[in-house]
Formats: sequence, C-alpha cells, structure tokens
Amino acid sequence: MSRWNHVVSATLLVSGAALAQTVADPNARLAAVESAARAAQSAGDNAWMLVCSALVLLMTGPGLALFYGGLVRKKNVLGTMMQSFILMAVITVLWTIVGYSLAFGEGNAFVGGLRYVFLNGVGAAPNPDYAATIPQQTFMVYQLMFAIITPALISGAFAERMKFSAMLVFMTLWSLVIYFPMAHMVWGKGGLLNAFLGGRIPCFDFAGGTVVHITSGVSALVCALYLGKRKGYPTEPMKPHSLVLSVIGACLLWVGWFGFNAGSALSSSALATSAFVATHFGAAAATLGWVLAEWLRTGKPSVLGAISGAVAGLVAITPGSGFVKPLPALVIGFAAGVCCYFMVTAVKARFGYDDSLDAFGVHGAGGTLGAILTGVFATNAVNDALKDSAGRPAALGVVDGNLMQIAYQAIGVAIAWILAIAGTLAILKVCDALFGVRVEPQHEADGLDLSMHGEEAYNFDA
Amino acid sequence: MKKVEAIIQPFKLEDVKEALKAIGVDGMTVSEVRGHGRQKGHKEVYRGQEYQVDLLPKVKLDLVVSDSRLDEVIRTITQAARTGKIGDGKLFVYDVAQAIRIRNDDRGESAL
Repeated sequence: MSRWNHVVSATLLVSGAALAQTVADPNARLAAVESAARAAQSAGDNAWMLVCSALVLLMTGPGLALFYGGLVRKKNVLGTMMQSFILMAVITVLWTIVGYSLAFGEGNAFVGGLRYVFLNGVGAAPNPDYAATIPQQTFMVYQLMFAIITPALISGAFAERMKFSAMLVFMTLWSLVIYFPMAHMVWGKGGLLNAFLGGRIPCFDFAGGTVVHITSGVSALVCALYLGKRKGYPTEPMKPHSLVLSVIGACLLWVGWFGFNAGSALSSSALATSAFVATHFGAAAATLGWVLAEWLRTGKPSVLGAISGAVAGLVAITPGSGFVKPLPALVIGFAAGVCCYFMVTAVKARFGYDDSLDAFGVHGAGGTLGAILTGVFATNAVNDALKDSAGRPAALGVVDGNLMQIAYQAIGVAIAWILAIAGTLAILKVCDALFGVRVEPQHEADGLDLSMHGEEAYNFDA
Repeated sequence: MKKVEAIIQPFKLEDVKEALKAIGVDGMTVSEVRGHGRQKGHKEVYRGQEYQVDLLPKVKLDLVVSDSRLDEVIRTITQAARTGKIGDGKLFVYDVAQAIRIRNDDRGESAL
C-alpha cells in the first residue's frame, strides 16, 4: 500500500510541476483571460444587437404596415401596406450598394465617403468608432433597419393617392439626398452634429429624433401639401377601415421600439436598460396625455387616441432615450401626447392640409418636441460617454447646468427641417416631371389595391 | 297570401326567429340592411375628424304567409322585436300574386 502511495505522490508532484510551468507566465495567462472576457462580452452584445435588428424590422413590417393599413379605407389597405413592405426590399439593396457608406463611411461633415461601397470591408471585425464589441456587419444591418422604417413613416402623409412607381423613385432619392446625409451628420464619424465623434455642433440624438422622425415627419408635410388633398377630403367620410389592425400595429411598434432605442446603446449594457425604461415610460405617459386631452375636449377617450398617443410618446422619447432618467421620460411622453393631439386636431383643421395618417402631426411634431426636451433633461448621470477637457463626464443638458444645449438641439432640429423641406420638394418636382406623383382620378376612386396592384384585400365571398 | 317585410334591430333577430319558430313559421329570408326612419344617427370622431353616421345597421326579414296566419305573425314579430324605443323598426305587408316551389312546381299556399 505504502509503495502505491509513493507512486501517486510522485505522479502528482510531476504533473503539478508541469502545470506550474504552463501558467508560470502571468502575461500569457492574463492575455488568455482578457481574450476570453472580450469574447464573452462580444457574444452577449452581438446576441442583443441581432435581436434588436430584428425588432426594428418588426416595426416596419408588420408594425407600421398594420398601423397605417388599418387607418385607410378598405380599398387602399394593400397599397398602403405595400408602401412599407416594399421598402424592406428597396432600401436593403440601396444600403448595400452605397447607403451604409454614405451614412457611416468617413467623409466630410455632411456625408460619408465611398469607403464601404458594396459593403467593402464590412465584416466580422468591429468598427471601434461605432461599436467596439460587435462585428461591423451587425452594426451595419442594425442601422439598415432604421433606414428602412424612416421613409416608410412618410407614406402616412400621401396615403391613398400616390402612384406606386413614383413612390419607389421618390423613396430611393429621398434616402440618398436626405436620410444618408442626415444619419452621417448625427451618427457618422466626423459628422457635423455628432457630439461623440468629432462633430462641431454637439446635438444629442440617441436613436433618431432628428435623423428619423423630424426628417420623415417634415418631409411628410411637404408631400401632403405638394400632392394635395384626397378627392373628397374632408367632406366625404374617410373613416379608418379597421382600428383592430391599427391597435395590433401600434402594439408591435411599441415592442419594436425597444430594439430601436435600447439597441442604440449598441451593447447589452446598463445604458441599454436605461433607454429601454425611458422608452416604455415615454410611451405610457403619452398614451395618458393624448387620451386625457381628448377626453376633456370631446367627451370620449378613443382607442385611436390611445394608440396614437403611444406612438407620439415613442417618437418624442427617441432622441433622449439614452440620456434621460425615468421621471423626465414621463414628462417628455406626457407633453408629446398632449402636443401631438393638438397638432392632428386643432392645427391640422386650422390649416386644412390632408396629412392623411398624421405622419407630420405625430413624427414631425413629436420628434421636434423630443429633440428640444432632450436638451433640457439629458444628464451625465445616465450617459457619461462625453468627457470634458479634464476627462470628467461633461454636463449634458439644462438639468446638468448646460443651458447652451438647448441652442445646439435647436440647430440640429433646424438643419433637419431645412434639409427635409428643401430636399423633399426638389425630389417631388423631379418625380412629378418624370412620372407624375399622383394617381389618376379614376384610380384614386377605385382605390390603390385594384388600380396599382390588381388585388383586393378582403375577398370574403371567395 | 301576404308578404311581411319586417325591418328590425339587428340584436332582436334571434328573439324574432325564436318567436316565429314557436308558432310554426319556419321559412324566412334575412338580409343585413342599413337605413333610418325617425331615429337619429350617431357621431364618430377619429383624431378630431367628426363623422355623422345617419344610416344605421338593421336587419330585414321577408316572409310570405297565408292570409289566415297574417295577424298572428304580425303580433308575434312586433312583440318579439319591441323595446319601446325609437329605432325598433317597421313592418310592411304586401299582397302576393303567386308562390311556386322550384323543386316540384307546387303552387299557392302549398308552396309556402
């Protein structure tokens, strides 16, 4: 027995010495641990960002398609849904060819360069300027989903009367002239408004208040004015054909928005949680704000009011979602609910434009309000990415004592408005000259489903 | 033979059908229609846009009965469809010249 004990002890000694030799180099061991930690963080962040990418796509289809589809008359539901759905295809191709590069390639202060054309060099390696822990390809596809939903939002303004062919060209040009440059200015490296990557004017826009909602909302107003009112508006009844579809769509938008805002942290971090919470709180408060205003004014709290309020709140909290605490998120949301309610009722009626599904009243107005209020409530207690010259977290909004931020936010808003108005007007003129943007009167009377697509949505007797 | 055309509230259709079945009247044609008499419509508001809806959903029953059963049928329908409020509907009675059963060419009351 004792002899066996000696053998075992000796074996242990030998193997122990070998082990000690392999881990004796602390640097090698540290490098191995660091590499494992990086891989683990990357795996977590990448999983979250891929889910967020899918969530943002879910906002366009089916979210927005259902939301808008339910609000139109039943002869136009397929045409309206198609305007969202086809952009999932068109913008994807455009993004691959040149869109990603124009938005996120290094270029001048206004537009990106051609470095990433055809996604050249966009692969598994992270781009540390934007997101150091995920493949650049993940970042690219996540941002693509934003580029898809933004033009889709505009379609609410010209619902039931725009020619499909003209819409395809309009949306392509709109992305090239307005979206890609605006995304570059706010989020691209060296962009004019990018506070975090060398921009001259520090305008905070976490997830797209200016880039997505002001550009789309203001362009929507231009479209509504340029195309003119629908035939029979506002004397003929144009009731939403199915608010059931719209409720489902709004709920999907609300869920997808978590990917939109929380995902804009570009990591599965505490900042993502903070943006998630702010997003949810903003939507909830805005729902109550809109319903309350409507209830007091007309005597009834409508379902359409509740879902419209939720969307208005999600819009308004978008730019500030990664900068504000939960209670200010409630304030921003509530203000947006009340403000957008008056935009789509009193203001629209006063000026008489036919923003058919209120793309301007909700996205243009809510986006502008949210962008300005971001300058009020942004705080480094939530987001400390921006450092001052001493390396400490910089004061962000008015609540941090930085009054100037309101002015910077206003400049960002103004640039988005001007670009949207001038660009959209020019593009509409071009499309109108080439194809005519508005459908024939007979086609409008027949409905887009039949005249543009040769189909009907509801064949119950089939 | 008489044709009774009854325009009633949609939610009263089951009651009327049951009452007619109880007195042995099985045949009828039912259509969903829209209209209004003295009943006012209602207002709907979508994002501040008001719509006055004048034509309200109603149900129309058509049934043809023998002259001898007419009073009983009218009584049955009015009792079953009545709520006492404006909008309960109306009955119209017409003479019927002929009734023919397609299956076997029965004529007159035997075709009912």
